[in-house]
Amino acid sequence: MIEQLPVLVIVIPLMAAPLFILIGNRKLVLLLTQLVCWTVFGIAVTLLSRMQDGPISYELGGWPSPYGIVYTVDYLSSFVMLFVSGLGAIVITYAPQSIKKEVHQSKHTLFYASYLLCMTGLLGMCITGDLFNVFVFLEISSLSSYALISLGKTRRAPLAALHYLIIGTVGATFFLIGIGLLYQMTGTLNMADIAARIQPIDHSRTLLVAFAFMTVGLFIKMAVFPLHTWLPNAYTYAPSVVTCFIAATATKVSVYAFIRLIYVIFTPQFAFERLPLDQALMAFSLVGIFVASAAAIYQTNIKRLLAYSSVAQIGYMLLGISMSNVGGLTAGITHMFNHALIKGGLFMVVGCFALRIGSVKLDDLRGAGKTMPLTSFAWVVGGLGLIGLPMTAGFVSKWLLLTSALSLGLWPVAVLMLLSSLLAVVYIWRVVEILYFSPPSHLAQSAKEAPMAMLIPTYVVIGSTIVFGCWTVYSAGIAHAAAQSLLGISQAGGVQ
Amino acid sequence: MTPENLIWIAMLLPLVAIALIFIVGEKSPNIREACTIGIAVALFSVTTRLAGFVFSGGRPSFKMGEILPGFEIAFTVEPLGMLFALVASGLWILTTVYAIGYMRGHHEKNQTRFYACFASAIFAALAAAFAANLFTLFVAYELMTISTYPLVTHHGDEKAKKGGRIYLGILLSTSVAFFMLAIAWTWTVAGTLDFTPGGILAQPNIDGKISDFQLSVLLGLFAFGIGKAAIMPFHRWLPAAMVAPTPVSALLHAVAVVKVGVFSILKVSIYIFGIDLISETRLGEGPNPIMMSDWLCYLAGATILLASLVAMTKDNLKARLAYSTISQLAYITLGAALATTDSVIGGGMHIAMHAVGKITLFFCAGAIYVAAHKTDISDMRGLGRAMPLTMGAFLLATLSIIGLPPGGGAWSKWFLAMGTVQTGHFWLLAALMVSSLLNIAYLIPIPIRAFMTPVGETPMKFKEAPMMCVVPLCITAVGSVVLFFFGNEIYNVLLPIATSTR
Repeated sequence: MIEQLPVLVIVIPLMAAPLFILIGNRKLVLLLTQLVCWTVFGIAVTLLSRMQDGPISYELGGWPSPYGIVYTVDYLSSFVMLFVSGLGAIVITYAPQSIKKEVHQSKHTLFYASYLLCMTGLLGMCITGDLFNVFVFLEISSLSSYALISLGKTRRAPLAALHYLIIGTVGATFFLIGIGLLYQMTGTLNMADIAARIQPIDHSRTLLVAFAFMTVGLFIKMAVFPLHTWLPNAYTYAPSVVTCFIAATATKVSVYAFIRLIYVIFTPQFAFERLPLDQALMAFSLVGIFVASAAAIYQTNIKRLLAYSSVAQIGYMLLGISMSNVGGLTAGITHMFNHALIKGGLFMVVGCFALRIGSVKLDDLRGAGKTMPLTSFAWVVGGLGLIGLPMTAGFVSKWLLLTSALSLGLWPVAVLMLLSSLLAVVYIWRVVEILYFSPPSHLAQSAKEAPMAMLIPTYVVIGSTIVFGCWTVYSAGIAHAAAQSLLGISQAGGVQ
Repeated sequence: MTPENLIWIAMLLPLVAIALIFIVGEKSPNIREACTIGIAVALFSVTTRLAGFVFSGGRPSFKMGEILPGFEIAFTVEPLGMLFALVASGLWILTTVYAIGYMRGHHEKNQTRFYACFASAIFAALAAAFAANLFTLFVAYELMTISTYPLVTHHGDEKAKKGGRIYLGILLSTSVAFFMLAIAWTWTVAGTLDFTPGGILAQPNIDGKISDFQLSVLLGLFAFGIGKAAIMPFHRWLPAAMVAPTPVSALLHAVAVVKVGVFSILKVSIYIFGIDLISETRLGEGPNPIMMSDWLCYLAGATILLASLVAMTKDNLKARLAYSTISQLAYITLGAALATTDSVIGGGMHIAMHAVGKITLFFCAGAIYVAAHKTDISDMRGLGRAMPLTMGAFLLATLSIIGLPPGGGAWSKWFLAMGTVQTGHFWLLAALMVSSLLNIAYLIPIPIRAFMTPVGETPMKFKEAPMMCVVPLCITAVGSVVLFFFGNEIYNVLLPIATSTR
């Protein structure tokens, strides 16, 4: 049983989704979905806990690699799977009341099925060792997320989903083109196998083109500035629960795929020395951080505000990745985890507001600090994490990034990074002032505190941002191990 | 009880206070306040016991744990931090008593939140005072900013919002943009952040990793990053914070918050750079190269004078006291930047002397507000007949702030002046003297007019503030004089921080 876990983590949610549509009973499906999510989370925890014994390789159907599809579980993939499934589980626990309010009853079963499929796709992208498989799972997660977004209450939701679908498909197609070119050059789809075979031919132009297509494709899915235009609308008009889950996980998994692309398939030498991708990444990241943070300041809708903040935060992860040393990579991976918690938690807070106030416009949230004190306080705590104050998770990743930038002598990056975090102070505190210092709007005045069933999961996530700000053995510690194994420092046959 | 245990007990006590305050809450304010006072007294007795160990040469330390490899939360008590902790915990008792009189006399809302935030600010002050490394100090520093924000904006109106915005905006942005960068830079250069006698940047293994000019820039990052020290041009938060209720201004913006700022600067000067490194590193060629901290000395000197001048223009008593505080804080920064034995001891001593004096003045301002509802100095003529105790205390504390015997401030200013002479900064000596004159000009007229001006048509009756307000301010006023007679003791207690060689 234990050795089948790598495949179960995919098969269970994948099989559950169509089954639940057949069952069709709303309440039963909800319970089963929660059960499946928590089971998957349990498997992810088990997988991560077995990482001391080295990476696990699972051959699907017994076909030996590189002929069959391989699932590889190492520090990085199990770490990403852990927080994807963890947030998936906690968000679905939080979800019922919010879904009841924001999604039409007839669509509930479909909603849960799509949710599971989306999670399957994201987990699959993490675990698979086969490049074409990455594309398949990317499409599973994307298609199901288009469906989830379109379930939003307003009529803008389908439009936002369509916008995302068009741009997202362009991204996925680019990725596929890249895979095609790579396959043409190497004749294999197994990532490790490709990596071994492209060493002798890494001067070829086809390879450069393949790399370029795949990078741009993933940039679109990650919403790297300036390819982020799909994200604000999608996050804003999707049902709150969907935003919580997608904002916390989807872009990070694309970042994960990008890390694999650079550090496993191609090499950092190829990406950062033959190609000037590191400078390009730094430039895009920094510009994106500033532009998106500045845009966040001027939003009047709290979901859109957080959406722009997400675009900015992706920049910090890419900054870390572009440094291509253990410190930077650790910072980037840690920030994936920390930001998933922080942004997931903040969107959960927004979901509570949406439930009780019925609006996510900042004007309607005025004075909610008095009627919804617990929810508002959760915003403050989560917001401090986003700003990166000490003892919060955001600080840990920012500190790692700062020290590794300085150790590389990247002074401008360090200074700009710190200055940009001041913009986060502005947009977070603007909301705090609206919550606590404004005369209440009529919607906020009559609002009740959010139900415990939603507040408790919210506080679990928000509380964990504090826990992982003080105790980093299982966040930065694992990220460090993952970074080391990516750079081949403690393993034989690595790149350095 | 071992001193190691006393450290964590001292820091645990304010946290216990927070818990008790929330548990009791609005249900029975008397029990809630009794808890606060009880814990404040307990804390003071713990810190005095700890002081016994530390002042006799002990350096107890206590480790909490590592946040990241190499960055740990740890505490080591040395004399400077001990003195700061003593002052903060001792004045917490008096301020709590005062706050009860003030807050009730004024029917303030949200008192539970008020006392809880107060206790958490004390916790942050203790954590900063005991910090064993820059990282811990930074964490405590930021905790202090956040926990005092609800106090500054206590009234929750438009004015409070604006004041809070400036407060948080300046303190957070300077600490994130400069302080954090300076810490990370120090880490990259030195590989450690532990406060080390003699200074970690003065250790032999640092040679060549950072140039003299870069050292000066790093000092600048620290000086501006520690915005709580209110060096111009980053001083605007302090007057803005005056929208807070007066007990907050008294304990936090005369003692805890601002003193965390200058305390951090002293710590950086003594234990990160080392005073020998600061005073021996010279910039520029030629026969008279300048000290690397010269620019900071003159900036501090300018802040001392400018803030005093601004204070003269303020008619609102709290605003005048705020600018006076900015000026007095710059004395301590000056002490750190001059980096002689006398100047850093003078700076450290001034933390205590100024704290006791300034808290008295703020207490008086609040008492006048509670009893007579006056905030403007021009309205306070003849008030001495109605409030003789308050105004008498004001006069005593004023002496200490100016630096006239028998006020305690006389000693600290004396040692600071010695520092300027020893390093040959005669212009700064002149600035100190002019500033003392300015202090006289803007502080002394207040009690003088209160007593001497003939009362107008409506004769004022004796009407002091509630006892809860008057007693603490009398105690601190007497304290500021008593400290004058302990100048030698404080000097000897602080001497080890300046003489530990590398």
